[in-house]
Amino acid sequence: MIGYETFDAWWWPYVFIAIAGWLATDIWRWLGVLVGNRLSQDSAALTWVRAVATALLAAVIAKLILYPSGELKNVPVALRLIAVTAGFAAFMIGGKRIWIGIVVALGLLIGGQVLIDPALFAG
Amino acid sequence: MSISSGQHGAHWFLKGARGIASLPAIILMSAFVGFCGFAVEAGIPLGETVFMTGMIWALPAKVLLVGSILAGVSLPAAFITVALSSIRLMPMVAALIPEIRTEKTPTWLLLLLSHFIAITAYVFTMERIRDVPREHRVAFFAGFGVTVTSANIVLVSVIYSTVANLPAMVAGALFFLTPVYFLTSIWASTRDRAGHIAMVIGLALGPLFHQWAPELDILYAGVIGGTMAFAVDRLWKRGARP
Repeated sequence: MIGYETFDAWWWPYVFIAIAGWLATDIWRWLGVLVGNRLSQDSAALTWVRAVATALLAAVIAKLILYPSGELKNVPVALRLIAVTAGFAAFMIGGKRIWIGIVVALGLLIGGQVLIDPALFAG
Repeated sequence: MSISSGQHGAHWFLKGARGIASLPAIILMSAFVGFCGFAVEAGIPLGETVFMTGMIWALPAKVLLVGSILAGVSLPAAFITVALSSIRLMPMVAALIPEIRTEKTPTWLLLLLSHFIAITAYVFTMERIRDVPREHRVAFFAGFGVTVTSANIVLVSVIYSTVANLPAMVAGALFFLTPVYFLTSIWASTRDRAGHIAMVIGLALGPLFHQWAPELDILYAGVIGGTMAFAVDRLWKRGARP
């Protein structure tokens, strides 16, 4: 099967990215334009599409927290959940100000890691 | 187009461009620092990382593509993985387009501008578009989309060589910033009750479907969760009206 390292040419990775990355994402955007062009504002169909979009994003959020990529993997899942829950609570109590939620969540995430392993603070 | 409406268009384009200094754009840029670190770690060269930033734009799709390259999967498999995860772009674009277009907006322009739609642009636009006169909404969105995409292309090219030195804890925090920001900002920008119900159901269904269908979990959670939220909202409305 053709893969990322199949051809040694400098341009091949770009073709790979264009097909598996650009085309794989933009076809959905184009389809979205064609569908969205047929939806009238404040129709029930648009409410449904918006609800689907919101539920999709919520699922992405939950997955980014529970099954993260990169360095976040090394933070205990309980600490991630406590930080995001407290952050969201602070956001609601603080009059839906987004920066309050972010400061509380990140503060707890970093503070919690320092509490668990003070050596991290040095590195 | 008269001269005065052209000037208004430029004015709103610049207003959208000024969104580069907004909280959503700043958080997105921090997330791109995190992504850039991931790409460096994965051994993706500078040129390809920059190319991905401009051509794919949606951050989760890029993370998946890099993951696929790391795993050494075939081109069709990488295409399917990225395409499946990106289906979510379709309802997002479909929900956004009726908010920004007028009857006269040409479809080709919307097709072109749709490339700039990803979660951040969606959230930013939904939050602010009601305050923009309808005839200038496309200009406003274009100003934001083009500016933020270009800025991140520049950002990725500039930080690529230094990002590997980022402390692990900072890198982890950068990856955490994105979900926390999405959670609060989508909640704040959702205007209808159906949206709030969809948010709660989607948060629960995402991890649930991940157990059964890790490839399609987001899609299932979106379609089933969104439909449930829509139905609950309809029943609620009917109940309120005796």
